[in-house]
Amino acid sequence: MTDGRTLRRILTAFGILVAAWLVVPTLIVVPISFSGQDSFAFPPSSWGLQHYVTFFTEASWLNALLVSLQLAVIVTVVATVLGTAAAFALARTSLPGAGAVNGLFLAPLIVPGIVVAIAVYATFLNWGLIGTPTGFVLAHTVLALPFVVVNVGASLRGFDRTLERAAASLGASSWATFRQVTLPVIRPGVASGALFAFVTSFDEVVVSLFIQSPQLQTLPVRMFTSVTNEVDPTIAAASTVVLVVSTVLLGLTGLTRRSKSRA
Amino acid sequence: MAVTTTEVQAPRTPPDPHAGPLPRTRRLTGPLVLLAVPALLTVLIFFVVPALRLLWLSFTTPEPGLGNYAAIATDEVTHTVVLRTLGMAAVVTVACVLVAYPYAYLMTIATPRWRTVLLAIVLIPFWTSLMARTFAWVVLLQDNGVVNQILAAVGVGQVRLLGTGAGVTLAMAQVMLPFVVLPVYATMRGIDRRLVAAALSLGARPSVAFARVYLPLSFPGVAAGATLVMVMSLGFYVTPSLVGSPQQSMLAQFISVQVNQLVNFGAAGALAVTLLVVTLVLLAGVQVLTRTRGARGNGLGSGMTGGAA
Repeated sequence: MTDGRTLRRILTAFGILVAAWLVVPTLIVVPISFSGQDSFAFPPSSWGLQHYVTFFTEASWLNALLVSLQLAVIVTVVATVLGTAAAFALARTSLPGAGAVNGLFLAPLIVPGIVVAIAVYATFLNWGLIGTPTGFVLAHTVLALPFVVVNVGASLRGFDRTLERAAASLGASSWATFRQVTLPVIRPGVASGALFAFVTSFDEVVVSLFIQSPQLQTLPVRMFTSVTNEVDPTIAAASTVVLVVSTVLLGLTGLTRRSKSRA
Repeated sequence: MAVTTTEVQAPRTPPDPHAGPLPRTRRLTGPLVLLAVPALLTVLIFFVVPALRLLWLSFTTPEPGLGNYAAIATDEVTHTVVLRTLGMAAVVTVACVLVAYPYAYLMTIATPRWRTVLLAIVLIPFWTSLMARTFAWVVLLQDNGVVNQILAAVGVGQVRLLGTGAGVTLAMAQVMLPFVVLPVYATMRGIDRRLVAAALSLGARPSVAFARVYLPLSFPGVAAGATLVMVMSLGFYVTPSLVGSPQQSMLAQFISVQVNQLVNFGAAGALAVTLLVVTLVLLAGVQVLTRTRGARGNGLGSGMTGGAA
């Protein structure tokens, strides 16, 4: 364990290699998406925007993108409202079964994706929910809820309740206290929960693969079919768009965190 | 996307010294409990009921009894798939530990700024979309892909990676790395360096001091991270499906074939139940491990699972 120069140098070189291993697969889709050829060759020998044109004009891709965006927005709203309410109930009451209920909310996170997928598939088949918007919203909401419950729960645990008591003693109603005192303080937790909910839905593949229909596909499902069945670089454009979306979202998370630490 | 970041993000408002079960809260308990009902119903109806239904199917379809479980115990194809999955998970786990250990050590000796950079890099696979990342691996690993170009430049001939275990390992270990780096780093940060210094001053060679003092002290983090990776690798579906080959299918693909091609929900259910039980047992192991060793301030055992498949 001497912090010798040689060891340090070896470790640094190793760190760079690992960093490349982690970063390159993230970024390589960007140059390929601007390729002028109809192949995955890297580096591309010519450049062009044709893959983006296909992505934003061909119905199967554009619809998938729109479905995914709409779905993610609805799931975010539903999961954030339900999850925040549930986190409140869990944090503010001392029920004997609170631990079990909390575990239940986290369960979809722990159970392997394929198990959730076939369980939901088998049941949705009977209920006629396969390939329906309702089916997608419900399945994704279940997967997104844990993130909201965990995030809001964490911010509620750090919440100074004297603030609420002060508001109540000054005559504010429970709802006014919640709106004007509690919510502003726990907003960062709600915001990151919502962002995770969005990303969970926007990125979900395994369950979506099972409950999709040819008429209703999400973007990850469309991408999955593309990798399996075709050699079409449009997927590189799709990947880049997805990358931009998640980077923007990450930036938003960073902003909420920064404004919080400044507060 | 995993819960690690949420743990980091948890607001650090100082805990209220007066907080705790107040008599005043009881007044609100009634209506507040109702707030959990919509979420609870959603999870019960659309998660618990399907899960129980699958369990039920595994005992009743095609005929009532333990036939599906007996088949798992006797069927040779199933054995091959299960063994391959376990082997693959073990290889990914070992690869992750071998890479994560020095990386985490580098984080402990780096300057604060570089430590932040190293941490950000290791979290990158979390924020990239699973499909985008998997597609990228397909491109990188193809026969004339970048990895093979580099191998050729170094003097190694062309290696077949796409559709092989090696390719799947490379792609899976990339996603799993954070799950080992974070707990190992957390444990390493808590190690008292003076213990190593003491060993050295008493005449131990550096390698001996490392093997006898530092390594055992960092072991709880390694064990926790390794178990998590092992557990999650067992259920991987997307990466093996797209980067691997159908002939070398892993358990999750095998389950999906039972459902999609053979429409055998009983067999698929029994396999899924088995996978779930193994997952839960291993995770309980991590919980016990992290709790007894008092892992330093990281809730990794609890939340960070699933998802990454």
